[in-house]
Amino acid sequence: MTAVRRFFGPLSPAGLWLGGAFLLLLLLLPWWGGSYIMTVATTVFYLALVGQSWNLMLGFAGLLSIGHALFVGIGAYTAAYLFAAVGLPPAVGVLPAIGLAVLMGLLIGYLGFRFAIGGVYFALLTIAFAEFVRVVIDHVSWLGATEGFFLKVSEADRHGIDLANLRGAPEMYYYLIMALALGALVLCRYLLRSRLGYYWQAIRDDAGAAEALGVNVLRYKMYAVAISSGMAGVAGVFYAFYQNSLFPEIVFNIERSIEATLGSIVGGVGTLFGPIFGTFILTPLGEIVTEAIDLLKHWHVIDPETKLDGLKLLIWGFIVVLIVLFKPKGLWPWVCVRLRLTRPEAEG
Amino acid sequence: MDFWTLANAVASGLLIGLVYGLSALGLSVIFGVIRIVNFAHGEIMVMGMFFALLMFRWLGLDPLLSVPLAAALMFGFGYVLQLAVVSRVSHLPEHMQFLLLAAIAIMIVSALLLVFGPDAQGVEVDYAWDSFAVGELIIDYPKMFAAIGAIVVASLLLAFFKYTTTGKAIRACADNRMGAQVVGLNVSRLYALTFGIGAACLGAAGAIILLLFEAHPYLAPGYTLLAFVIVIIGGLGSLFGALVGGILIGVSEALAAVLFQPSMKTAFSFALLILVLLLRPQGLLGKAVR
Repeated sequence: MTAVRRFFGPLSPAGLWLGGAFLLLLLLLPWWGGSYIMTVATTVFYLALVGQSWNLMLGFAGLLSIGHALFVGIGAYTAAYLFAAVGLPPAVGVLPAIGLAVLMGLLIGYLGFRFAIGGVYFALLTIAFAEFVRVVIDHVSWLGATEGFFLKVSEADRHGIDLANLRGAPEMYYYLIMALALGALVLCRYLLRSRLGYYWQAIRDDAGAAEALGVNVLRYKMYAVAISSGMAGVAGVFYAFYQNSLFPEIVFNIERSIEATLGSIVGGVGTLFGPIFGTFILTPLGEIVTEAIDLLKHWHVIDPETKLDGLKLLIWGFIVVLIVLFKPKGLWPWVCVRLRLTRPEAEG
Repeated sequence: MDFWTLANAVASGLLIGLVYGLSALGLSVIFGVIRIVNFAHGEIMVMGMFFALLMFRWLGLDPLLSVPLAAALMFGFGYVLQLAVVSRVSHLPEHMQFLLLAAIAIMIVSALLLVFGPDAQGVEVDYAWDSFAVGELIIDYPKMFAAIGAIVVASLLLAFFKYTTTGKAIRACADNRMGAQVVGLNVSRLYALTFGIGAACLGAAGAIILLLFEAHPYLAPGYTLLAFVIVIIGGLGSLFGALVGGILIGVSEALAAVLFQPSMKTAFSFALLILVLLLRPQGLLGKAVR
């Protein structure tokens, strides 16, 4: 208990109780929620994992990536291909998946940092690589090209629990991604309070000053990119075996990369709980809007024939604009203060 | 692969590249002065496309004749956007500004989707299939007119920045914001003007490009990326560089389509981008390394 307490040090008793209750609710979700809620919750944790990885780069080390779909996609394609081609179970395949994602991250990082390409330029470099890899995979026939890459899944698979092959019931995926997302949270908590984490924050706040104090800026930036892309690679492996179909058009779409950033930004960049909190708000919100539109159509408040394809995203975009304008530090710090979730002395 | 096939590809790429260049000019102007990466770039351009489409449908107006109207409309949009929204985040870190504009971009695409639906829609002008030949070089009229339109608008823009007092004042803001304020320039109004001018370029480029491609809400992110690539290749903030980058990308796309396959063209552009970042990170015509 003391270890747990030390770990969540900044949380107030109220925060601990509320967090604990919420965690319990999520652990018991398969008993109280239907399959729909579980699907949404799985998506939430998945996005929280990707968001945590993205937040590590920007929030901790000050490196803006708008191409995170690239690392996720490389992880997904690597594990899926190894599974389909040589039967390598994803529990092992996750290692080469991480490896390739990290390599790609290091390549981009090296190209960027070697020439002191910072800020916007670095962000554009990440987009460029994501697009480049997407177009390349579009033309690689043994990865399915534009036709998509599919993993075989049988009806029997949907009932068992086979963690090694990532084949099983929806509950298995739910608990797995929950464990991964919470694992990422713990990892980030650890990193943030490690020597490495302090170097990152120094670089983020003032790279020049950090360099002057003898911090090897290039090396620690590379570490940040490597760890972040590795985490995204793990998320990719989960994605591949949860979806069982990979299309370059979808996997590497820039919308995936933006999606990865939104939770963290809404929750609060650089905060530990921001990414997970943000996705817990955004994803259900999107679902609620969709449901509300369906209901309105059902009740004939709006003509069921009207095409409202863009409405959900329109509302969603509007909410993001409002948050940027009025709560630019994210919602998590604000909620913390409001609900007294953190000890007053541990603000920020 | 004979010489004339290549020559035709280069010529057609050059003409389209000029339109790309005009669009990238809009991005470069805004970044060069306000230091904001306009992530809603392609979206504003596609708005211009749809506006020209409506003008064609309602009034039978040739897209080239809609150019001044589309430019004026988008100028207003950009002006208001900068004054009412973007200026309020100028003190926030880069990624928040990016997010704001990305969210606005998403809103524009969704709004276009709601109004116009997801289908591609184009215009059919009388000269759509006409062309003329120089030797074995075949030049389509729509491409040529589009390129001429782009050159005219771009020249007007460059002349504006070089010769008018307002243009000089904007360049002063870009060089030294504080200094501009000290000598009494109304920086926030000039910023709004700049965003408006950048958006006007996009409106014009959108109307022009409707001659060549069909309008479609999902075109927008692709145009945004394209403009980023062009501007980085040409040098972020260099106006002339944007035009040169546009032509380079247009030609490289056309060559990729002839030498390999049309779907490989973006890979070529990105390969070119990565090459430029490796060899000359400030861009071909960019000045200082940041």
